Amino acid sequence: MDAPANDYRLLFALLIPLIGTLGVMLKGDRENVREAISSISSILLLLVVVSMVAEVRQGKRLIFHMFSLLPGVSVTLRADAMSMIFALVASSLWTIAVFYSMGYMRGLKEHAQTRFNACFALAIFGAIGVAFSDNLFTMYLFYELVSICTYPLVAHHQDDEGYHGARKYLVYLTATAKAFLLPAMILIYVLTGTLDFAATITGGIFPKDANSTLVIMLYIFCLFGFAKNGVMPFHHWLPGAMVAPTPVSALLHAVAVVKVGVFCTTRVMLYVFGTETMGALNLGIPTAYFVGFTVVAASIIALSKDNLKSRLAYSTVSQLSYIILGVALLTEPAIQGGLIHIVNHAFSKITLFFCAGAIYVATHKKYISEMEGLGRTMPFTFGAFAIASLSMIGAPPVAGFITKWNLLVGSVEAHQFGILLLLIASTMLNAAYFAPITYKAFFGKRPATEPYTGIKEAPLAMLVPILIACLISVIIGIFPQFMMHFVKVVTG
Amino acid sequence: MDQLLFNSGFPILSVLIFLPLAGAVALLFLNSEQACRIFTLVVSGAVALLSLFVLADFDTATARFQLVEHHRWIEAFNINYTIGVDGISILLLLLTTLIMPFCVLASWTYITSRVKIFMICLLVMETAMIGVFVALDFVLFYILWEAMLIPMYLLIAIWGGPRKIYASVKFFLYTLAGSILLLVAIIWLYATNNYSFFIPEMMWQDYPFSAQVLVFLAFFLAFAIKVPMFPFHTWLPAAHVEAPTAGSVILASILLKMGTYGFLRFALPITPEATIVLAPYVLWLSIAGIIYGGFTALAQQDMKKLIAYSSVGHMGFVTLGIFVLNVRGVEGAILQMVNHGITTGALFLCVGMIYERTHSRELLSATGVGKYMPVFITFLAFFSLSSFGFPGTNSFVGEFMIIAGAFQFDTALQRFPTLALASIPGAVLAAAYMLRMLQKIIWGGTNNPDQSWINDLNLREIVVLTPFLFFVLWIGLGPQPFIDLMHCSVDHLLQQFEAHQNHAIAAAGALIR
Repeated sequence: MDAPANDYRLLFALLIPLIGTLGVMLKGDRENVREAISSISSILLLLVVVSMVAEVRQGKRLIFHMFSLLPGVSVTLRADAMSMIFALVASSLWTIAVFYSMGYMRGLKEHAQTRFNACFALAIFGAIGVAFSDNLFTMYLFYELVSICTYPLVAHHQDDEGYHGARKYLVYLTATAKAFLLPAMILIYVLTGTLDFAATITGGIFPKDANSTLVIMLYIFCLFGFAKNGVMPFHHWLPGAMVAPTPVSALLHAVAVVKVGVFCTTRVMLYVFGTETMGALNLGIPTAYFVGFTVVAASIIALSKDNLKSRLAYSTVSQLSYIILGVALLTEPAIQGGLIHIVNHAFSKITLFFCAGAIYVATHKKYISEMEGLGRTMPFTFGAFAIASLSMIGAPPVAGFITKWNLLVGSVEAHQFGILLLLIASTMLNAAYFAPITYKAFFGKRPATEPYTGIKEAPLAMLVPILIACLISVIIGIFPQFMMHFVKVVTG
Repeated sequence: MDQLLFNSGFPILSVLIFLPLAGAVALLFLNSEQACRIFTLVVSGAVALLSLFVLADFDTATARFQLVEHHRWIEAFNINYTIGVDGISILLLLLTTLIMPFCVLASWTYITSRVKIFMICLLVMETAMIGVFVALDFVLFYILWEAMLIPMYLLIAIWGGPRKIYASVKFFLYTLAGSILLLVAIIWLYATNNYSFFIPEMMWQDYPFSAQVLVFLAFFLAFAIKVPMFPFHTWLPAAHVEAPTAGSVILASILLKMGTYGFLRFALPITPEATIVLAPYVLWLSIAGIIYGGFTALAQQDMKKLIAYSSVGHMGFVTLGIFVLNVRGVEGAILQMVNHGITTGALFLCVGMIYERTHSRELLSATGVGKYMPVFITFLAFFSLSSFGFPGTNSFVGEFMIIAGAFQFDTALQRFPTLALASIPGAVLAAAYMLRMLQKIIWGGTNNPDQSWINDLNLREIVVLTPFLFFVLWIGLGPQPFIDLMHCSVDHLLQQFEAHQNHAIAAAGALIR
């Protein structure tokens, strides 16, 4: 195979957030310059990513080779259909989140905003690196980088609660990566002589005569090693990370960080193991049931949470497993449904977190029980919340419906009625923990002791991003073709 | 003598050995402290630059000893002055020469009393260390090996901390105890090899198996103490804690490598069959060291002790790589020796810089300095990440190759990869203790001591740390040139091993029967 020419757009896409980070650090003392740098970097990144869309849609693979470490181990970037799914989501939502977090951080007069902005950009650097990685080593490098550079964001408040959550965060993420991913990666290298991903999702990289016990062990290691995917039992870090400021919970713990986990997991399932190996070793269906447990259990826990961000966090844990579940079913519609959920969940969940942040800035309220009747005071925020929660439930015409539809079709095609029932049960649970929030907000009785005087809608800098994200959730629900095209290129 | 490529030109290796010694003599005639510092810096800098010529002349396409110099010395006992380098020693030689100028710079303001003697000790140390890595005559090797003890003892005993006498005596006794049996082994080898001390001639001879085992055990004791391998490590934390910064750096970066170098240079080629048979025990001892070092490091409140115990763990990885006896493992081990030298050396320098400010090595007194020392913590963060094998840094490559070697060792035996997986908790623990230290220093907690009076690094300190960072990233992202330097020699070593494999199995079988 002759090596394709280096495509420098990949390098630019990687460097823009990094340069943005340095710029933010250098100009930290001047608020407006600093935030101009953040927003310009985010827009530039989006433009660079978009510039690659046309070629990738035709099924091309763009490559940028950076460093060779050992034979078969290198730092190389690739843009293919699968990476574009995640890169488009991460870069477009970064643009939206930059504006939102300006409104949030200034609205609350948070401390250490320079550090916050720098780490934020660095986390995006890591996420883009993961999206564009061409091999397991590059992916591992950026995966670990994301763990380290989001620590300051979780510990942002520097109080006991913040340190506690951040420690848990780091312990879970680095320990699982070291304990499972590191040996898995090295053993894959010893068995195959390379860490490069395969070109398609079918074959994988293992030789036909590979020891099946070892391959199954490696598969399990990879499933648990990418603990950012929130699969139980290694999900505790995510609710713990909710002590972070809301823009962090929104972009990182609903999109960038958790999607890094899910993206890595599915990328490895499809491009390292491949559908044939997974089918031959019967890994798919057990995985689907295993993550199915997370889907249901996390929803049940979400029911019991009164803190809005905690409820959203457990909802995220549950929804992330949809993605893995879809891919694990190994039928074409199910894989498509799983991968497209990376997009659908991102836009809808970021809207929900943005709303939670807007409510907090406007009212300083965190608990759902305190929000009765608040919808009438903040109609736009709660309106967006209602629409996005419909997406989470999977009701048409919002984005989540596309996921549910494909997953249901996929499970029928795989003849897995257990999975079908599981999906229906989880839809009912989703409705059970989201619908009451909207209902209480609009139709609940305002408490007599608190007439909500002086409370207005959230500032425009927050409201506009909320509405944009919400609008996109609806648009990709009504016109899913654009993103579905990438998914179809992945499944061939 | 076909393993040797003689050096017909400029005797570069001899110059490297004797230049620091000449510098040490010249220092006797200098009076001002500042002049002593500058002069030592110039001498060690010159040695560092000259050592680059060795690199330029080094031929990576051969496994033979190169740049060999041979002179008669004590004819009555057939002792010669023979020196040369090969792929196993060249990286360690360069590590030694390149690190010394930074040891001098790091002592610039740290050492305020008896500066002249301190600098003499450093230069004598340098002569001995370079000599150990290039000696091809066993007596020459042994003399230099023992000679290192004296300046190192003085470094700890004169400029050390409160328990310096205890630490320096313990260091001295441990290493001396190890080398006595080494001397016995050398004399036995001398007598068996037609009364010759020439090291390359002793290699790959078919010594009787039982004799090999005894020689191996003698080697093992000497080198395992030096590494130090668990359970021979107790001298190390004591010595590190009490030693001045430069002493700790030399100890961690270079002295510890002499043990693992000894295994590669002597134990493997001279007693191959004993090595094959006894390797599993050494491997499990390495695993024990990796895990023990990790847990102990996790519990430390003293930063120097923490790094010292982390060395026990890291050197466990090195011995693991050596004794899996395959190319990946051994190359990884040599690379990891260099990596450990760079990273741990840099970490000791960092701790020394904090110590100069707070006069404490306690982790608790350094909590939360991150806010006031942004440049310092940037360096510290890189070195800490490197220390626990963060991808993209030097140690990751070394660890990757070593664990890959361990997996290969397991798969070659057609068994479940027990050995490789057993080393993984060490990697997890390394992340835990390094991140714990980093978190405490950068952030601390909600009740940090007031650190606002503390100054960030000055230019000299930045100059000291920058080259270390450069190598951390270079080896981390482009290790191939370094691996190329050692590849031929390692390959040759292991090919010879394969030839002895069947012998060993038969011998072990006979022994068991």
